[in-house]
Amino acid sequence: MSKRITMPLTKEKIEDLEAGDSVLLTGTIYTARDAAHKRLVELLAEGKDLPFDVEDQAIYYVGPTPAKEGQPIGSAGPTTSYRMDAYTPQLLEKGLKGMIGKGMRSGEVIEAMKTFGAVYFGAIGGAAALTAKCVKSAEVIAYEDLGAEAIRKLYVEELPLVVVIDAKGNNYYKIGQQEYLETQR
Amino acid sequence: MKEIHVSEITKTVKKLCIDANYYLTEDIRARLKEARSNENFAIAQNILDVLMENADIAKNEARPMCQDTGMAVVFLEIGQEVHVVGGSLEDAINEGVRRGYTEGYLRKSVVDDPIERINTKDNTPAIIYYDIIPGDTFKVTVAPKGFGSENMSQIKMLKPSDGIEGVKDFVLKVVKEAGPNPCPPIVVGIGIGGTFDKAAFLAKKALLRSTNERNSKPFYAELEKELLGTINDLGIGPQGFGGRTTALAVNVETYGTHIAGLPVAVNINCHATRHGEAHL
Repeated sequence: MSKRITMPLTKEKIEDLEAGDSVLLTGTIYTARDAAHKRLVELLAEGKDLPFDVEDQAIYYVGPTPAKEGQPIGSAGPTTSYRMDAYTPQLLEKGLKGMIGKGMRSGEVIEAMKTFGAVYFGAIGGAAALTAKCVKSAEVIAYEDLGAEAIRKLYVEELPLVVVIDAKGNNYYKIGQQEYLETQR
Repeated sequence: MKEIHVSEITKTVKKLCIDANYYLTEDIRARLKEARSNENFAIAQNILDVLMENADIAKNEARPMCQDTGMAVVFLEIGQEVHVVGGSLEDAINEGVRRGYTEGYLRKSVVDDPIERINTKDNTPAIIYYDIIPGDTFKVTVAPKGFGSENMSQIKMLKPSDGIEGVKDFVLKVVKEAGPNPCPPIVVGIGIGGTFDKAAFLAKKALLRSTNERNSKPFYAELEKELLGTINDLGIGPQGFGGRTTALAVNVETYGTHIAGLPVAVNINCHATRHGEAHL
């Protein structure tokens, strides 16, 4: 059974999510990957406002393919998250509550998630054509010059995700693999 | 002497870029089906189903399977009796990539300089390998390579005394360290021997071989089977959420090497292992 979650990600919603939960996420989320993260953190260092308020929001690590006519977005699966690790704690400090990507996170990111109460979701890497069907609208809101790496505001309906790391720091990559290996004994 | 006009090469490269990104190859489809029937862990079964459904959607709607439509790696086998006419071969290949990535709605993921990092906006330059062979064949293979898996690849200069056990240990270490990052199930290309660069090239080339075929030397065919087994015993599973299916195939390519060396390169690819070829 999947948990249905709508944006924004309030404290109560975060506390209800556990590593391994299947989630269907609905609402507004924002895209950003390497180059956009670099710029966001530079803005913070200069004490300037970000192009969107990250408080209680979620960032999807994705650089979509160009949309064909009549489609809101092209294929749109997750990119590998660890490349954003250097920038993530600063965004969590500003109130970011959700990250959507794939792959492992650093110890620093997990500590910051526990401190500020945030969740890391996994989208299915390699299933980008299917994932795109959940995206109902997409609009570039910053850094258009970055092309695929621009920040987009997406409206998603029932985006299928798995809670990989919850706000207590439980890690489903460890738990799931252990559970599987126990079935083989 | 057989003549091939560069415009034919451009047209072919363009089509191969698009097709490789839209259509999963039949051998990989077969591997996914086999993996699904051997998988008894629920979340792993579910993810394999999703990947097959994704391939169907991509095929039916003519859209990329993955948003990372890769850097175009182009392999040419050119018969020495062939004369390419009408312009520069390298320009013709890059023009094919440019058109494929633009007209095929593929993502432009290439920057002009590794430090300055300005996007070239047409996915060029391609990575091009030329192989001159006897005869008058002209074969083009295009393999769009995503960097989620490319970033998890490694090379190691082992000592001759490390032997085959050293090779096996290194491959397992690379797959373990990659964990969930390269979107498992993966396909593992391994290059053994040659020089530093040759081993890396062989690992990449190994990914072009159909997963229906094993290495022609029985010793290495056995090694491929054994490594596939031990990798799948790791329990990483599809997406790293646990399960039997960590890899769909292991392909090994080898070459002679120096008395002092045993280079080993491991090039990891995602489940789709996109590539397509054409003869002109």
